[in-house]
Amino acid sequence: MSIQTISLSGRKKQVSNKEMTFWERLYLVAIVKGLFITIRHLFMRKVTIQYPEQVREMSPVYRGQHMLKRDELGRENCTACGLCALSCPAEAITMKAAERAPGEELLYREEKYASIYEINMLRCIFCGLCEEACPKDAIYLTTSKVLVPSSYDREDFIFGKDKLVMPLDAAMKNAQLNKAN
Amino acid sequence: MDSAFIIEKSVVIIIVFALTMIMAMYSTLAERKVAAWLQDRIGPNRAGKGGILQPLADGLKLFAKEEFEPNTPNKFLFYAGPAIAMSTALMTSAVIPWGDKIHVFGRDVLLQAADVDVALLYVFGVVSVGVYGIMIGGWASNNKFSLMGAVRAASQMVSYEVAMGLSIIALLMMTGTLSLREISAQQSGWHWNVFYQPLSFLIFLICAFAETNRTPFDLAECESELIGGYHTEYSSMKMGFYLFAEYANMFISSAILAILFFGGYNYPGMHWAIEHWGVNLANLLGFLALFIKICGFIFFYMWVRWTIPRFRYDQLMHLGWKILIPLSILNIIITGIVLLRHEIIAALGF
Repeated sequence: MSIQTISLSGRKKQVSNKEMTFWERLYLVAIVKGLFITIRHLFMRKVTIQYPEQVREMSPVYRGQHMLKRDELGRENCTACGLCALSCPAEAITMKAAERAPGEELLYREEKYASIYEINMLRCIFCGLCEEACPKDAIYLTTSKVLVPSSYDREDFIFGKDKLVMPLDAAMKNAQLNKAN
Repeated sequence: MDSAFIIEKSVVIIIVFALTMIMAMYSTLAERKVAAWLQDRIGPNRAGKGGILQPLADGLKLFAKEEFEPNTPNKFLFYAGPAIAMSTALMTSAVIPWGDKIHVFGRDVLLQAADVDVALLYVFGVVSVGVYGIMIGGWASNNKFSLMGAVRAASQMVSYEVAMGLSIIALLMMTGTLSLREISAQQSGWHWNVFYQPLSFLIFLICAFAETNRTPFDLAECESELIGGYHTEYSSMKMGFYLFAEYANMFISSAILAILFFGGYNYPGMHWAIEHWGVNLANLLGFLALFIKICGFIFFYMWVRWTIPRFRYDQLMHLGWKILIPLSILNIIITGIVLLRHEIIAALGF
């Protein structure tokens, strides 16, 4: 058996360049066949999703925008250890640590916190490695369907703590839910 | 000529004119809808219920667009192009018989704007003038792409008119008349010409596709090569006129196809309907039957558009000159032999 005749994938198709018969050369048969193929599509289920009214269902493992978590007392979890920045393959995360001052115990859970925490959304690939690396359960990729809005200014894509930290009322709601359970 | 006759004809003409315009308008919507359905999409459905107001929105958009004019020395011709295309497209509808005579206000009203003896010849004449609209528009645009498109369209239409005319001759040998009303009347019952002249019908159908510049013969405006073809430089309603003329042509050619080969306004059981329901109702049903046939052909035009890819230019010319013309001549000869045989049999008295 020569190499030309073996089909390793099992999908090899032998094509021939034989002369067409009279009926094949007329093309009419082929055209009628084609017409039947297209008319079948007239009755097929339409694939359109009517966007503003209908939204495509997200995958269960969908990873949306990041959020820096607060605990049940409303304190920020992040301690600025930098593991997320280290694990980030796109190098999108930067942060600056600061020491917690006396009287800020209800703001930050640990003695060290991130005074600046920024994610460059143009660099971020939403892989979720920061979430995996975080030892304090501080950063999460949410299932939010809100996408990063477009802008003319590159600065607008660097999300700081104002956009990333979980809002206080959401933390309160979480705490109440936990209590009820 | 009494005033009642003038009023009667005016009403018929206005109705025919409005019908052609509305059909051309809604063909644009139908085109988009059919295209969408054949591609598993939904199509325009935002303007009005199910997109029913889409043509109005499109027209409004075209009116509101900037009137752009290229720097051309032929300003007059540039304006004349779309005007000729539009008027020739609308003129053809004058001789189309929409139905037999109906009886209103004590008068016999013929559902036809003008019952001309040489209606078919008139249609061919007007259609060939339509080439000038495209040619002049393309020439006056002062643009290579437009000129290329216009040259292609003109040569295509001229060469397919030959095959079209020859294919009709076989039909005329059978009917013995050029009047579209008589041809319609002859086909009453199931004596539709398509059963007697299938080859002639096929050639005529292919030529009709070529004459209206529809896919697979839309070389005049193939986007990938010539941008928009002859209407590249046109904007606003002048562009709208060209598009409108194209759809009006499609409507007219569907009507001619339905009348010449598919029995016109005749439908099965028409005699029974005339006896039992009266002339008026039966003829209105006939009008409806013709309308359905026309819509069927328009759908066929769109259906084919999304099935067959465009021909190459040399293939187009090859098909026109080397296949369709010899075939139609052969068809004429066969028809002649059969007719002669019938006459001889009749003369010998078998």
